[in-house]
Amino acid sequence: MSTIAVHGGVRNAVSDSMTMIGRSIRLSRRNAETLVMSIVLPLLMMSLFVYVFGGAIDTGTRYINYVVPGTLLLCVGYGAASTAMSVADDMTSGMIDRLRSLPIRSSAVLTGHVVASVVRNLLSTTVVIGAAVAMGFRPDATVTDWAMAAGLLLLYVLALSWLAAGLGVIAKSVESASTLSFLMLFLPYLSSAFVPTDTMPSFLRAVSENQPITPVIETVRGLLTGTPIGDTGWIALAWCVGLLAGSFIFAAWLFRRRTHG
Amino acid sequence: MIVEATGLHKAFGSTKVLDGVDLHVAEGTVFALLGPNGAGKTTTVRILTTLSRPDRGSVRVAGYDVVREATKVRGVISLTGQSVALDDQQTGRENLVMIGRLMHLGRPAAGRRATDLLERFDLVDAMERRVKTYSGGMRRRLDLAMSLVSQPKVIFLDEPTTGLDPSSRTTMWDAIKELVSSGTTIVLTTQYLEEADRLADRIVLINGGRVAASGTADALKSQVGGERLDLRFAVEADLVRAAALFGVPPGTDPLVLGVPSDGSAEHLHRVLDELRIAGVPVARVSSHRPTLDDVFLSLTTTGRTPVQV
Ligand SMILES: Nc1ncnc2c1ncn2[C@@H]1O[C@H](COP(=O)(O)OP(=O)(O)OP(=O)(O)O)[C@@H](O)[C@H]1O
Ligand SMILES: [Mg+2]
Repeated sequence: MSTIAVHGGVRNAVSDSMTMIGRSIRLSRRNAETLVMSIVLPLLMMSLFVYVFGGAIDTGTRYINYVVPGTLLLCVGYGAASTAMSVADDMTSGMIDRLRSLPIRSSAVLTGHVVASVVRNLLSTTVVIGAAVAMGFRPDATVTDWAMAAGLLLLYVLALSWLAAGLGVIAKSVESASTLSFLMLFLPYLSSAFVPTDTMPSFLRAVSENQPITPVIETVRGLLTGTPIGDTGWIALAWCVGLLAGSFIFAAWLFRRRTHG
Repeated sequence: MIVEATGLHKAFGSTKVLDGVDLHVAEGTVFALLGPNGAGKTTTVRILTTLSRPDRGSVRVAGYDVVREATKVRGVISLTGQSVALDDQQTGRENLVMIGRLMHLGRPAAGRRATDLLERFDLVDAMERRVKTYSGGMRRRLDLAMSLVSQPKVIFLDEPTTGLDPSSRTTMWDAIKELVSSGTTIVLTTQYLEEADRLADRIVLINGGRVAASGTADALKSQVGGERLDLRFAVEADLVRAAALFGVPPGTDPLVLGVPSDGSAEHLHRVLDELRIAGVPVARVSSHRPTLDDVFLSLTTTGRTPVQV
């Protein structure tokens, strides 16, 4: 008896999530401006670094090979940041009340936005990699390397998307959601994304070597271009899993708090 | 009673919004919650629809407790909130199908339900257009349609016609009447007294966190007195003589005397004849039927602001 109820509950929860995922993907597709910006901005940054600053930065390799992993993370940041705005929009409009007055688990709305964010990022990352190859990026990765890099990036996207969803839940308005998520976009600049950390002043260097983005970038770079990885791979994985768990709990807890009472 | 609320209390910080509100709604009727801005209408509706918990008091909807059995309550109600809840970037049809899917209708059933509702609310021509292109009236109609997808027993409408032009308002009223005739219970809030007068079987007026008055529209009107003739005089001395003649006390306006009346032409004749015979000149005569506005004004002019704890 109870197993049937639980089963029905799970089936319904999956079906509600699918409905909300479909909705969020449709909304993303129609919000072309945001989608295009999340591709164009990283592309512009990559071109800027490759063609303008690249010549002056010594990385020991061809600069394009150095800069692509960082660009991918930057791109993912932009893609996830717009999730905060979509979530804030639902939380501050009447939509959340409508969903909450239905006999469903209304947190499906967050799942919808997060999965749509992953899909958007899949698309934008693919475009950015394509553009990078056109600009001379020559990875020497095996299929396994690609799969591992993709897996790590996926974890990172999920973590960032849940974090953004949480920010969207606490934001008082769509504008403040966009301001909050701006902080997320800033982190890649304080990492080894565009310049090696050993040229930074010691304080910044300490920050950038101990923040989550640097190990993720180093690992992706190692997998794609064959630079040594060492134990940064494990550190990156630990960061991503930890961040994902943390931001998922953060978002779920905030959502519960905001929708109870 | 399909909705039974007893002793509702709710405060936000130090602002007491509800201070012991009782409501009883009979099945298949229209119940209107009236009150000035900030009276706590939305707060009440949010509690009745499980979105907010009362600090004290209890609510049962269709027999289920709104706090302990929220999911069951949600299964039998629907809410059309004060602000329209639609996805601007989805078409009217997509919005409706989405709700149908969330109600676990299969894809074909959700589609059929959407089509029915679009026809009923005269939105078929616009159904493939994105909602952002809809007019205010179309949005309100679609918003109401969204809450009918699940065929609820009790429908809560928070200011369903605010901001609508007279013709859209009439359309909305017709839709509401049709729902009631099919047995649905409606709980609505409104600032338009005419709306409550036309639609509601029972009205509750809340003010300062408490029920200030309740009953049918007619019962409320008779609370502020019956029909009367307002006689306007050129000088106060005339009014004083007329007041003595009819045996009614002068009111607040020194030039206008209110004489109770049954509203007949016969009574009007008699009053004017008596004034002529007594030689009291009267400048203007108007007949006044009490409206809900009178009730509203007489009951809400004091204690407008919520009580501070
Ligand atoms: N979440 C909240 N936090 C703090 N105060 C609130 C909150 N919600 C409502 N209030 C306050 O409670 C009071 C009643 O608000 P409510 O929205 O219930 O009024 P209303 O009768 O629906 O008014 P209106 O006709 O303007 O819609 C107001 O003073 C409002 O400022
Ligand atoms: Mg209100």
